[in-house]
Amino acid sequence: MIDGKDKSSIIQMFHVHKHYGSKKALIDINLNVSKNEFLFISGPSGAGKSTLLRLLYLGEPVSEGQVLVDGMNLSRISKKRIPFLRRKFGIIFQDYKLISTKTVFDNVALVLEASGKKRKFIEKKVRSVLRTVGIEQRINAPPHSLSGGEQQRVAVARAVVGVPKIILADEPTGSLDSDSADIILNLLKGFHTHGGTVIVATHDKELIRKAGGRILYLKQGRLLGPTPI
Amino acid sequence: MATYYHRAVKDIKDNGFLSAVTIITIALSILIVSAFALFFTNANNVMNHWEKGIRIMAYLKPGISQKNFPDIKRKIQGIYGIQDVNFISKEEAFKRLKEQMKRQSSILMDLNENPLPDAFEISMIASSQSGEKVEEIATKIESLPSIEDVEYGQKWLERFTNIFDLFRLAGYAMGGIFFMAAVFIVANTIRLVIYTRREEIEIMRLVGASEKFIRGPFYIESIIQGTLGGIIGIAVLFITFKLISSNVEHSFKYELLNIKFLSPEFYCGIILCSMFVGWLGCYISLKQFLKA
Repeated sequence: MIDGKDKSSIIQMFHVHKHYGSKKALIDINLNVSKNEFLFISGPSGAGKSTLLRLLYLGEPVSEGQVLVDGMNLSRISKKRIPFLRRKFGIIFQDYKLISTKTVFDNVALVLEASGKKRKFIEKKVRSVLRTVGIEQRINAPPHSLSGGEQQRVAVARAVVGVPKIILADEPTGSLDSDSADIILNLLKGFHTHGGTVIVATHDKELIRKAGGRILYLKQGRLLGPTPI
Repeated sequence: MATYYHRAVKDIKDNGFLSAVTIITIALSILIVSAFALFFTNANNVMNHWEKGIRIMAYLKPGISQKNFPDIKRKIQGIYGIQDVNFISKEEAFKRLKEQMKRQSSILMDLNENPLPDAFEISMIASSQSGEKVEEIATKIESLPSIEDVEYGQKWLERFTNIFDLFRLAGYAMGGIFFMAAVFIVANTIRLVIYTRREEIEIMRLVGASEKFIRGPFYIESIIQGTLGGIIGIAVLFITFKLISSNVEHSFKYELLNIKFLSPEFYCGIILCSMFVGWLGCYISLKQFLKA
């Protein structure tokens, strides 16, 4: 029975399929992610890692099956509730997805503005998070003036500033050098240490080895379970 | 709300050119529609003034004895709708004519006798000043045996009213066209802004922004543009009106053409209407191009 009553789980996927026309991107995915878990979804490019993450925050709907996130059944969620679902997540994209016309501060503050927080609180909280990720000195800079590593740190700051329950990171170190990748990994570990759930989609074996945590392997749209690195 | 307002103002500044085009278009539309409204309001006032001043002149047949005049006056006064009847003797009429002709009055010196007839100048009560009623009264007066002819300015006033009504129709049509044009331009501007900010909107959605949070600033932006357009349109009309009216009032007798600017209620209504134009343009654009 799909009732989302498993209190230790924060994400559950039941027989989830995703196809684009005749092309099958995900096939019969069953997944259970516990609260405060650090999970890696690994696999080659085109295996369906990003698609799987998108299904979790309703970036796309599933073709078949059911997804439960923190008690919310995504098949039954109304359009008005989607923003509330997304506020449970902090999402880190491989291409950072920072708004080029806004400053570092504005990009991070956007999350708190969207959830209706007061200006004073936003000011304080954003500065604090930017300090944590080590980028406070670039607070008024536009994203295009930052290096790749710095941009990804801003993206991490944006992901954690709203204190989400889950962080989804899609290839977070894909275009970074190893030092910058370490910084990002430490930030993710910090979030995990404070009780958050982290799901990272990556094919970066080095990152997986350094982080530890559960690893699931995705190949041609099928989840194959744990795999040795 | 304050956050929405600040974002809307920032968007107007960031998209300065597009915003300026929208504001100018709304201002022009408001200017043209208000100019029509101003013309109609004043033309209506002038016509009402003229209608109130309408008199029937009843000319007596020649040779009617003076002792019959009180009897004729009584009969005219007995007709329903008559307010006042004044006798104007042919001598009085001749004197008035000379006064009106001023420099040309010397022509009248060559006349051997006064060609003007004795007459009654008749004014009507307010409820009898409309076209049909004046005509009805005039016919009754004309049917009196001692009356040779009646004259009143109602016919040309009616023709003028017909032309005025045509103008009014054209005004409504133009108002409608300019309203639609303004809505279309606002809708297009918002569409372009949405297009340039599509990535930003997508990111906002991903970080959990509600549709209200995304759409709110667009509405505020459009209403600000509508308000500014309306105020500019009315201001330009007011300045133009002041410049023209001071010249016109010097050229005409004050009682004849007492032109006034639109009432505060009217121009506040126009500004509200231009705010609505902004809102409607935004609503159409968001409905079409910002589907959740």
